[in-house]
Amino acid sequence: MKTHVLRPLWVAIALVALILIARMFVVPDDFGVHGDSFTYNYYRLSNVQEWKDFPAKYTSEKRCRRCHDENAGLLQESKHARLRCQNCHGPGAGHPKEIETLPINATREHCLRCHHRLAYPSSQRGDLPGIDGAKHKKNKECRKCHDPHHPDLEDM
Amino acid sequence: MSCSRRDFLKNTVAGAAAAAMPACSVILRTPDEAKAMTEGSKVRWAFLVDTEKCVGCGLCVDACKTENEIPYEAPVSRTWVERYVVTRDGKTRVDSPNAGRDGFITGEIRGEEIDPEDIDKAFFVPKLCNQCDNPPCVQVCPVGATYQTEDGVVLVDREWCIGCGYCVMACPYGVRFFHPVHKTAEKCNFCYHRITDGKEAACVQACPFEARRMGNLRDPEDPVTKVITNERVQVLKDEYGTKPHVFYLGLDEKVR
Repeated sequence: MKTHVLRPLWVAIALVALILIARMFVVPDDFGVHGDSFTYNYYRLSNVQEWKDFPAKYTSEKRCRRCHDENAGLLQESKHARLRCQNCHGPGAGHPKEIETLPINATREHCLRCHHRLAYPSSQRGDLPGIDGAKHKKNKECRKCHDPHHPDLEDM
Repeated sequence: MSCSRRDFLKNTVAGAAAAAMPACSVILRTPDEAKAMTEGSKVRWAFLVDTEKCVGCGLCVDACKTENEIPYEAPVSRTWVERYVVTRDGKTRVDSPNAGRDGFITGEIRGEEIDPEDIDKAFFVPKLCNQCDNPPCVQVCPVGATYQTEDGVVLVDREWCIGCGYCVMACPYGVRFFHPVHKTAEKCNFCYHRITDGKEAACVQACPFEARRMGNLRDPEDPVTKVITNERVQVLKDEYGTKPHVFYLGLDEKVR
């Protein structure tokens, strides 16, 4: 074959070889098929561990009870038993060491999430005790009258 | 065609040897290896949403954003709650303000006040990644940055993602978006760091009404698995063949 045909061929072969060599260095060893499908299981294996190491923010309810047994107990006995501490107090990670006091979400809007009356016939929302957020004691924090840990109207 | 006796014998031996080849190419495995390969993973995560129980408080969305470091004010979320209001005139109105992060604290839907008398039915539907068995988002990834783990969860490798957005377009459920900080594809991963550590997912833990639950389909004694196998559950967009693993109780036909 003539050299003017062979020359570009050598260039092309060199390029492919170069890319393959570069690939060896750039692609991590654990990148490949980990599972039975090339379509779905072609990935970098160490990423699974990276996701497992993602820091959790919400802690267990048991951990809250270790120090705040009184309030947790009160809540457990009340109509708000279904609520979790962290629904209003925010995530417990870092408390009390780094974050001394957890911020409490005591806004009206937070209570209205459940207690703004929406009389929807096929949803349990309609069964919850509710008020019209726009009319009932406007601009006042709910906890001024209702104790969130013990929200019984009779004991008010 | 002529064929000498010598040629005939030669060909027969060669043919027999060729036929025996596939048997040689079988890899021998120890019984333990074979067992591990046929059994696969002992875990297959599945999610159960009870739409009858959801009251649209949005605490799940709030918890998800905090737990998974999704910027709180950004208009994106790994999970969201939709409100459906079906009126007597046959119209269906759907909204999900702020992905339902702040709940639904007004009867107004898309700027329209609806007379409660006109409502036939209204309900809330939480949505999240379906962790499909045949995830279209994974199929389209050109770089292998998104994949299915052996326990069925689809993850995104933030270091490997090039941000092409093919997966965002491919997901029929619209669960994918770009993370405003990392600038890579982002999606719900069932709180993989929590479930693999024996904790509940953030949304599951935050839900006061047990509308969200999670279980292991490979464990027949799992209470969630029992509900999925024994009760009437539905999945979203079954016709796409994606085999979603978020199962819904009490799903209405209006839900898309």
